[in-house]
Amino acid sequence: MARLIRTEKEVEGNFEEVWLVVEEDPLEQWPGGPGDVVGRPALRKDALERVRGEARFTADIQLPGMLHAAILRSPHAHARVKSIDFAAALALRGVRAAVGPGDAPGLEAEAGYAGAPVAAVAAETLGQAHAALEAIAIEWEKLEAVIDAEEAVERGLLHGEPERYERGDFDRAIAGADVVVEGTYRTQVVLHNSMETHQSVCEWIGERLDVYTSTQYVWGVRNEVARELGIAADMVRVVCEYMGGGFGSKNSAGEYTFAAAVLAQRTGHPVRCALTRREENVAAGNRNATIQRLTAAATRDGTIVALGGEFVNALGWGGWSASTEGPLKILYACDNVRTTRHTAKINTPPMKAFRAPGFVEGTFGLECLIDELAAKLDVDPLELRRKNYASSNDGTPFSSKNLAECYERAQKHWDRRHDVRARSDATWKRGVGMASQIWYGGGGPPSYAWTRVGSDGRITVVTAMQDIGTGTRTAMAQIAAEELGVSLDRVEVSLGDTARGPYATLSAGSSTTPSIGPAVRAAAADAKRQIIEIAAQRYDLEERVLEIRDGRIVSHDGNLSVALEEFLDMLGSAQILGKGARGPNPTGMSVLTFGVHVVEAAVDVETGEVRVERVAAIHDVGRIVNPLGAESQVEGGVIQGIGHTLSEVRLLDAETGRVLTTSLDAYRMPTIADVPEIVCEFIDKPDEHLTNLGSKGLGEPPIVPIAAAIANAIRDATGADVHELPISREEMLRALREADRRKSGAGLQSVAH
Amino acid sequence: MKLVVNGNEYVVDAPIGASLASILRERLGLTGTKIACNEGHCGACTVMVDGVPVLSCITLAHTVEGEITTIEGLREHRLVGAFVKADAVQCGFCTPGQVVSAAALVAANPDPTTEEIRHAMAGNICRCGTYPKIEEAILHWRD
Repeated sequence: MARLIRTEKEVEGNFEEVWLVVEEDPLEQWPGGPGDVVGRPALRKDALERVRGEARFTADIQLPGMLHAAILRSPHAHARVKSIDFAAALALRGVRAAVGPGDAPGLEAEAGYAGAPVAAVAAETLGQAHAALEAIAIEWEKLEAVIDAEEAVERGLLHGEPERYERGDFDRAIAGADVVVEGTYRTQVVLHNSMETHQSVCEWIGERLDVYTSTQYVWGVRNEVARELGIAADMVRVVCEYMGGGFGSKNSAGEYTFAAAVLAQRTGHPVRCALTRREENVAAGNRNATIQRLTAAATRDGTIVALGGEFVNALGWGGWSASTEGPLKILYACDNVRTTRHTAKINTPPMKAFRAPGFVEGTFGLECLIDELAAKLDVDPLELRRKNYASSNDGTPFSSKNLAECYERAQKHWDRRHDVRARSDATWKRGVGMASQIWYGGGGPPSYAWTRVGSDGRITVVTAMQDIGTGTRTAMAQIAAEELGVSLDRVEVSLGDTARGPYATLSAGSSTTPSIGPAVRAAAADAKRQIIEIAAQRYDLEERVLEIRDGRIVSHDGNLSVALEEFLDMLGSAQILGKGARGPNPTGMSVLTFGVHVVEAAVDVETGEVRVERVAAIHDVGRIVNPLGAESQVEGGVIQGIGHTLSEVRLLDAETGRVLTTSLDAYRMPTIADVPEIVCEFIDKPDEHLTNLGSKGLGEPPIVPIAAAIANAIRDATGADVHELPISREEMLRALREADRRKSGAGLQSVAH
Repeated sequence: MKLVVNGNEYVVDAPIGASLASILRERLGLTGTKIACNEGHCGACTVMVDGVPVLSCITLAHTVEGEITTIEGLREHRLVGAFVKADAVQCGFCTPGQVVSAAALVAANPDPTTEEIRHAMAGNICRCGTYPKIEEAILHWRD
C-alpha cells in the first residue's frame, strides 16, 4: 500500500522537508565487501562511444533548419538599458529574430554585472548572429557599481540578513583557554570551465518544446522552462544523454535555454544557443570568493574549547550563499562555537554551486588554523585531530562515521614526513601536511527507476537521470546486475530524457548514486520477484527455494538450473517490468561523508614555486559500487583541487568589474604535467542506516581537503603560513618573508596573520 | 576546396576564414572532433595532418594540404581500447582530442616514457582530471 510520509531532503548542504510516497518493503542491505558485480571494478558502459567520439553531446546536435543564437551582454558592471533598437541588426543578412529585456526569462533591463545577458539574436550562422549583436543600438544608464565585498558588507549591501550561529559560551571559553590562535584566510573566485560550454538546442514540435541541453538536472530544467514559459511541464521534453561536465554549474536552465526557446518560437526553426568559452568564463557561474576571520582556542592538553568565525561570502549579483562555516561547526567536537556569515551583494558575475560549495572554502581556513593551533600547542597535527573527534553532529548521531579509521589509514602516509623532509635541499624544502574532509553526500528521495526484462534475459534500467561523466550509468547497471544475479554485460541503462523514464534527482551534491542507486536496486528486485514467482509456477516449486545466480534460475537443492534467457524465451514479446523508488533517509540522523588527505609538497624558497608531489586520499563514503570509477572520481577531485590551490583565479578589472581571465591560457587549469602521485583508499563500509544500498556520494569529497593539506605541507616544509588561495608565488614569498620575520623576532608573542 | 579526411576525399564549399574544426563538424558531420575553447588553448579539437597533431579550431580549412586524420579515422586504434580499459574517460568531451594527440605520440614514439607522455599531452586539457588514467592508457596502449 502506498504510504505518505514527511521526510528531510538535502542538496549541497541545503535542507528541505518533502512529502514522499513510500511503497516498497525495504530491502535488506547486501553484506559489506565485494558482491558478484557491485564492489568490483567495472569498465564504463559508455566508455567506447565517448572515447571514439560517437557520443552525441548537446554541442553535436544539428537539427534541420537550425538557427544559431548569440547573446548581447552588458559591458558595464551595473547599468540599466534606457533604449534598445534591433532595426539595424534585423536588417543584416541571415538574421531572423531578436529578443530584448523582458522578451525571454533571463534577459533583463538591469544588468548587475559586466556580462549580464540583455538581448539575443538568432541568425542562420553563428557568425551572422555575432555580427548582429554589434548592430544593436543600445543606450545605457550607468549605475553605481560595488566590486569589493568588504565595502559591500560595510555598506550593508547584502543578500539577506547575516547568518548567525552559536552554541555554548564562546567568550567564556576563549577567556578560559590556554592557547588562542587567530587567522584571516581568503579564497579566490574560481571558474568551473566544463569542457562543453553551457548550451541548449530548442525545437517546438506542435505545442511541445524539445530542449536538448547540457545539464546536471533534466527534470529541473523541464520544470523551470515550463514555469517560466507558462506551459504544462509535460509539454517540455528535456534531453541530455551525454554531457561534457558541469561541476555544479549546470543545475538550472539558464538564459541560453530561454533565449533559444523563445527565438525558436518566434522563427519557427530550431535554435541553438551555446556560450563561447569567453562567455563561459564570465557568465556561467563561479565559486565565490570568501574572507574568513577565524579563531580557535584550546586547553594545554589539546582540547579545542572554542571555535569562531566571521565569514564573508562575496557572492556576486546572484547565486546562493553556501555554508562556509559548515566544517567549523561540525568537523570537531567543540562545545563553544560562534559563527557569522555575511553574503555580499556585489556587481560581479553570479555564483553557482561548485563541487562542495562552502565546504571547500571553509575547510581551507579551518584546517590551516588547526595546524597553526597544533604548532602552538606543540602537538602532532594528526593527534590533535584525533583528540577532538566529534562523535555526533551537535547531538545528532551520525548514520555512519569512519573518520577514525581514515586517520588510522593516514598514519602510514603521515609517517613518511621525516623521510620527505630529509629530501630537502638549500632551494627546495619538502614537507607533509594533512587535512580532514567533511561534507554531505547522503542523497535523498524522491527518485525512481524501472527495469525491463526481455525474453532474451537482458535487462534495461530506465530512469530519467543524467550521467555527467561520473560513471553513474555504469554504477546503476552494476546495482541492477547484482540484484538480478546476472553479469554486467546483460544490463543496459536508458537515461537522459524526461519523456522516457521516471523522475530521477539531479547529478549534484554527491547525490546521484545514493539517491538513484536504491531506486534501481528496488526496481531490479521487483523484476526478480516476478521472475521467481513465474518460475515457481512453471516448475511447480516454492518461491522461497528459488533464486537467480550467475544468470540462471536455480533451486536451493540444485535440481533446477535453467538459464534466464532459456526460461524467459517462452515470453516472446512479453516483458517483465519492475519499478522502484528511493526511500527516505534515516530519521534523526546526520548523513555525512568523511575523509583525510595527506599531501607531500615541495617549495622553492627562492622563487616561491610550489609543487605537489604526492597525495594520499582516504575517503569514507559508505559502500563503493565501482572501485575503478571511484578512484577516477578521487583523482579528478584532487587534481581540480590542486588547480584551485595553486593556479586558478578569476581576475577582475577593479575599475570596470570586467573579467580579465576569459581564455584558457589566462585561466590556468591543471594539465597532465601538473599531476602528482595520487594514492586512493576507501573505507568501503556500507552505512547500515542509509537506504537499501548503504552508499554515499563521492563526487565532491575529494576536492574538500586538498587546499588545506597542501598549505599544511608548505608549513611543514618551510614554517610559512599561507593564508590566501591561490598560493601564487607572490603569496608563497610573502608567507616565507613573514615566517623569517617571525623567526628573527623570536621571543615576541607570535600572532598569526 | 578539397579535403582528404580519414582516407576519403571530400569536395567542400567552405567559406573563406572557416576553421578546419567547423568544416569537419558542420559540413562533413564528423562531430567526434570537439570545439571546447575555439581559440587553440585546450586541445579538444586536435586532429592530425600528415600524422602531426594540429589544433583544428585555429587552423583555416583552406590552408590544409595534407591528409587529415580525425578521431573517426582512429576508431579501431589500439589506444581506444587502452583508454576504455584504463577508465581514461569521464565526461568524454576532451577524450577524442586526447586520443588523437596520443595516437600522434605513439606513432612517432611507440614506447613513450611518463615524461614524454606528459610533454606530448600537456596541451590537452581535461577538466574532469582523468590525467592519471590517460597516462596509464598510453603507457600500456599495446597491452
